[in-house]
Order: sequence, then C-alpha cells, then structure tokens
Amino acid sequence: MKQLSSKHYLSETARSIKPSGIRKFFDLANEMEGVVSLGVGEPDFVTSWNICEAAYASMESGYTSYSANAGLLELRQEISAYLQKQFQLEYKAEKEIIVTTGASQAIDIAFRALVDPGDEVLIAEPGFVAYAPIVQLAGGTPAPVPTTAENHFKLTAEQLESHINEKTKMILLCFPNNPTGATLKREELEKLSTVIRRHDLLVLSDEIYAELSYDQSHCSIASLPEMAERTVVISGFSKAFAMTGWRLGYLAGPEPLLQAMLKIHQYTMMCAPTIAQHGALEALRNGREDVDKMVASYRRRRNYFVKASNRIGLPCHMPGGAFYAFPSIRETGLTSEQFAEQLLKEEKVAVVPGSVFGAGGEGYVRCSYAASMEALQTAIERIGRFVEKRL
Amino acid sequence: MNEKELEILEILEGNARTPLATIADMMEMEKQEVEKIVKSLEERDIILNYQAVINWDHVPSNDGVTAMIDVKVAPKREIGFDGVAERIYRFPEVKAVYLMSGAYDLSVQIEGKTMKEVAFFVSKKLSTLDSVLSTTTHFLLKKYKHDGVIFEPEQKDKRAVVSP
Repeated sequence: MKQLSSKHYLSETARSIKPSGIRKFFDLANEMEGVVSLGVGEPDFVTSWNICEAAYASMESGYTSYSANAGLLELRQEISAYLQKQFQLEYKAEKEIIVTTGASQAIDIAFRALVDPGDEVLIAEPGFVAYAPIVQLAGGTPAPVPTTAENHFKLTAEQLESHINEKTKMILLCFPNNPTGATLKREELEKLSTVIRRHDLLVLSDEIYAELSYDQSHCSIASLPEMAERTVVISGFSKAFAMTGWRLGYLAGPEPLLQAMLKIHQYTMMCAPTIAQHGALEALRNGREDVDKMVASYRRRRNYFVKASNRIGLPCHMPGGAFYAFPSIRETGLTSEQFAEQLLKEEKVAVVPGSVFGAGGEGYVRCSYAASMEALQTAIERIGRFVEKRL
Repeated sequence: MNEKELEILEILEGNARTPLATIADMMEMEKQEVEKIVKSLEERDIILNYQAVINWDHVPSNDGVTAMIDVKVAPKREIGFDGVAERIYRFPEVKAVYLMSGAYDLSVQIEGKTMKEVAFFVSKKLSTLDSVLSTTTHFLLKKYKHDGVIFEPEQKDKRAVVSP
C-alpha cells in the first residue's frame, strides 16, 4: 500500500503531542514473560460480583439504549448523595453532575470547556501523564509546578503563588496523587485556596483516589469556604470500586460551567455506557463494605512496601493515599528510565520511570503496590539484589 | 478482641505462612508485639491450627472420595446433640461435623479412599449408632471454591503489565 505523507495530513496538534512515556515502557514490559509487575495503575481486585450482577440484570431487563446525556438521573442522585456523605460536597443531581466515560473524559471536556488559546493551566508535577497533553489538545498551555520529595511531594501555597502570571487561568490538582501518593490536609488546602481566590483562578480537582486515603479522611478543596463556586471536582468508579474497564467517571461543579461541558459531552460522547451506569448504581448503594476491605488491604501493602523499600536502599516517603510508592533511585547513579529498563531486563520487575510524570519525577520510580503480597515480596527481593550491585 | 488482633487474624486467614516480620511491617508494629499477639490468640484457642488449602484434584494418583452426609439424630438426654456429634467426630474418617437447622440435624463430611469405603463407614459405623435415625449420603464430585479460595478458573492477573 502506498504510504501518504503523514506530515502533510496530520494536524499540527496531533503532531505536537508527544507519545506517553508509559506507552513506550508498556510495549517493552508486555513482550516479556514472567514479569512481576509494579507498573500497573489500577486495582488488583476484580470488580465486586454484585456490581457485575447488576450490570447483567440491566441487560436482561433491556437497558441497552442511550441514557440521558448527563447520565441516568438515578445515578446522578446517588452520586450527589455519595459526595455529600463522604466529602461534605453539595451538588444538585439535575444540573451539577455529569456522568462521563471515565475520569479521563471528564478532564478532557472540562479543559475543552474552560481553556482558550493562550491560557495557562498550572499542573502540580510529578503528575498523571495525560494532564499536560489534554490541556494542549484543548488549546491551552500546561505550566508545571514542581513539587519536591523534601516536602513529601505536596504542593505549597508559596510554590503555587510563584508560578502564577497574567496568563494563568486555572490549576489542576490531583490529591491523593498519581504517581507520588501524596495527599493534602485541610489546613494545607486552605492555604492553597487563599492564593487561588486571590488570583481568581479556577480549580480542576481530580479526586479519583479520594477513597484510597489511609491516614486521614480525604478533604476536597471544593468543601472549603468560597471554593465550590470556582472548583470542578472529578472522580469516578475505577479506583475505589475496582472498575477501571467500565470507563465510568463524573464531573461535579457549578451549573454554568457544567452545562457548557455537557454540550461538549453530548456532541462527542452522547452518554456514558448505560450498562456500566447500572453497575455503578449498585456500587454506590451496596459497595461500601468492599471499598473498606480493599482500602484496608492497600494500607497494609503500602506499609510493607515502603518499609521494605527503605530497607533495601531506596529511600521512600510514606504516601498518604492512592496505591503508589515513589522511591528515590538517585543513589544508584542511574536515570529513572535506565533504572526501570535495566531492572526489567535483569530482574523482570516492571516499575514506571518517574520521568514520564514530568521533570520533577526524575530520580524516582513509581511502584504500584496494587499487587499480591507474594508479588510484592518477590519484587522487593529482586529489586534489593539489583540495587545492591549498584550501591 | 481488639482491632489489631482482628487484623492479624485476617492476614493469617489469607495466608497462614505470612512471616511475623512481614505482618509487623504491614501493620506498622514491632515484630515482638505481633509475636505476642499471635501467641495469645493461640493460647486462647482462637487460632487452632495453620492449614494449607490444597487442590487434591491436581495431585497425581489421588483418587480419594469425599461425601457430605445429612444425618437425622435423636438428641440424647442431658447432653443433647453435642454428645451424638462427639461420637461421630471421633472417627478418623470424619473430617467435619456441623450442627444444622432445617431438614436434618448434623452435616458430616467423610473422606475415604473409595466410594465403597465411604459406603461401608456409613452403613457399618454411622447408621448403627443408636441416636442416628437416618442418613443421606451425597458424594462430592468437584470442588469449585473452598474456604474462600476459588479452585478451578484461571487466577491469573489479567491486567496489562504496565498501565497509566
């Protein structure tokens, strides 16, 4: 087949987006046999059976058509009640919540509705790989705000303030954070919110890991005084309910902003899958016990992995949430990419290089402890052997 | 029973071979403290034994049979069902005995080398006990799940090795 010149046909935007660093590593790791993987960004639990049953039952009952653009009203009402109960957030189901195909789509439509060319979006780094490209796809300019290990990768008001300029329109927060596991206390969020209000910024708060908070209950920045009006909260079912493959997330925020996002959602996605929405209803109504069990299990594995990581010579702060440890590999003298690649080839352990999460991630690797205790113990043994040779 | 004890029980129920040092790391405790709690749980007969869950179907040349027997009994004066149950669970062939509500009184699990051996036990030893009124024997054909462990389906991690 004759190849057309891609340079000629591809849009400038598509050409300007860099491929994900994770994707590159993904191809390498997935070709190998017998890999112990700490490279996975999703729960190691399968979706609870009652949720799957609810989805089956919805199909049997013939719920196989579109739902309302914003999602089943019944589900939005449950989400509203859930946000109120868990995080003291008040959103009206009718106009202030949109069900999306995963939190990723929620982030996409939020930026497309809020960002104009020339607008800068501050993103705390290290951060999720998709944030900056999604901002670019929306026409905005991502502006990284580095966080540091010395401060347990928490974003401070001073760091935030020093990166604000006349082009800054909004800030994207993700706490608990992927990849560092860092989370913020209410007092820390209050300091940030003072700066945010003073500069009249909007906040996109990705709280997909909110349920996976181990040492304190999660505080949403939208629950702070005068913040709900300038915050859009993003969450979903993937992490807390082990439903990554269902692709179900949601947005909650002020009606005028959400209604603009709904226009984009209805023209591009129509609605989230109806069957998955029925599963999500069951998750919110009867899934609490399973969430608690999963959280208890992650907490134990976090404690084990962080302690063991420090013991084998990879200094690691104690992450407050999510299911990632972010140990430093600086002492080995390798870059994070070299470390991950050599570790994979020599010891068959997959971790993700910190550099893929932004410049602030260099010198670290992301290790997901959403793996069995047996896998974690084997991984620690192998990483220990690998590190010993290099220290 | 405090929260720490409950958590240790949960970890050991999941994997009885979890080293005490690992449990200590998982719970942010000292190993000696975990050791002390486990010892206390053993002394209080809360932890009775440490067992492996074995899929005997995967063991070559294993062709033993298991039967679940519904037993109707006449409870004995003074000692009720407990005395009858004791007479039954003392037999080495008997792996488990449960007092049940409903259509019958005791559920007895028997393991033998052959069906004939199980049949012999039921007819000669169990049915002949003076408190036993009737028995119904069900042979176990296949184990799908036991003690919370799923036996047959692939338990492989279906996630991609690396993902966002």
